Amino acid sequence: MSVVEKLLTEEPFSLSHEEKIQLYETELGNLTKNSYANCSIYKKILDILAYDASAEHKIEEFPFLPVRLFKEYDLLNVPKETVVKTMTSSGTTGQRVSKIYLDRTTSTNQTKVLTKICSEFLGNKRRPMLIIDSKSVLKDRNMFSARGAGIIGFSMLGRGATYALDEDLHLDLDAVNAFLGKYAGEPITLFGFTSIIWEHFFKELERVDTKLPLDGAVVIHGGGWKKLIDQQVDNEIFKKSLASRCGDITVLNYYGMVEQTGSIFMECECGRLHASNYSDVIIRNPDDFSVCGVGETGIVQLVSLLPESYPGHSILTEDIGELIGEDDCPCGRHGKTFVIHGRIKNAEIRGCSDTYERK
Amino acid sequence: MSNVEKYNSAFTEAFGIEESKLAGLTYQSIPEWDSVGHMSLIAALEDAFDIMMETDDIIDLSSYEKGKEILAKYDIEF
Repeated sequence: MSVVEKLLTEEPFSLSHEEKIQLYETELGNLTKNSYANCSIYKKILDILAYDASAEHKIEEFPFLPVRLFKEYDLLNVPKETVVKTMTSSGTTGQRVSKIYLDRTTSTNQTKVLTKICSEFLGNKRRPMLIIDSKSVLKDRNMFSARGAGIIGFSMLGRGATYALDEDLHLDLDAVNAFLGKYAGEPITLFGFTSIIWEHFFKELERVDTKLPLDGAVVIHGGGWKKLIDQQVDNEIFKKSLASRCGDITVLNYYGMVEQTGSIFMECECGRLHASNYSDVIIRNPDDFSVCGVGETGIVQLVSLLPESYPGHSILTEDIGELIGEDDCPCGRHGKTFVIHGRIKNAEIRGCSDTYERK
Repeated sequence: MSNVEKYNSAFTEAFGIEESKLAGLTYQSIPEWDSVGHMSLIAALEDAFDIMMETDDIIDLSSYEKGKEILAKYDIEF
């Protein structure tokens, strides 16, 4: 049984600090060795860093690849014939996109772990699911954008998946009302990307001055705040605004990226993003890359146990974050908790899951 | 319709393929059975047998034959 398979038999936020250190030092070592042996570009990078992959290392000593490298190079640990899915960051027009190569094991683990983490917040029963997006996102089935992959991954958690937006991203109130009528009285889940929910769902409900009877629903959303921060919309405003139109709902943000699909960081009821058993976060000082403590702001490094078919188990994002604590969240879940403050200044404008061209 | 007939027609409808191609069929072995096609298949099976599958079973349903084993858990006999 692989480590991920073993973890899947346990609760997703169970590991304490000591247990996690022990597990991660071994596993990150294995993932690093695997990438070093099978990805020539990764080997080159580690050789230049004079990094000894065969020696034992502490968690914070493992090398981290800047996410930008996944745009510039084809990074994979397996022969291309065994790749079953290639995921891309949607990318703004004219920009290079990240390409992430998945073999069957990595792809299956991503789906299982996503399910495991989300069931902690949604329960084990598959709830009727309203997807705040257009079905047309899934048209090109060979090259999955992060947005399409997100929709497919999350729709597995629900049933009767219904799309709330038409091809032109207009809110289809008839479809929404038919869905709500069909599942009246059942707790439902809404899933969508943050900026799309805001622009095409919330703002449209405001415009037509409509409220939806969504009491008891859970809204899961992610994909970045970039577009909303420009409009001075933060997490609190987002939650309050949605509730004003949808009633007594629970709104949970998640943080994750295409380079580490599956092992997402979910916001708990206390408003903190949580690392699960499958992932960890390290905040680094932007001047010297030393490790930041609780309350210090720095660049976000993400660690995941899932990437086997590509060298993405330790990556340096272009986001700024701050550690809140570890194993001490009032919600009772273990793992590090943190908040994201935004993007590094002058970082390349990176396409998130929510990028799309305006017509 | 017998259970085998219902089971087969869920596959042929979800993927638009002939019944003769079903034996030995596995996830991602044909373009139609990708993750999008998989969700269509699950919806078709759930409708045909009036069941609600658990997420783990949805993920584990990786071949035509495996699907029959999984449906046995829902008291569907072949």
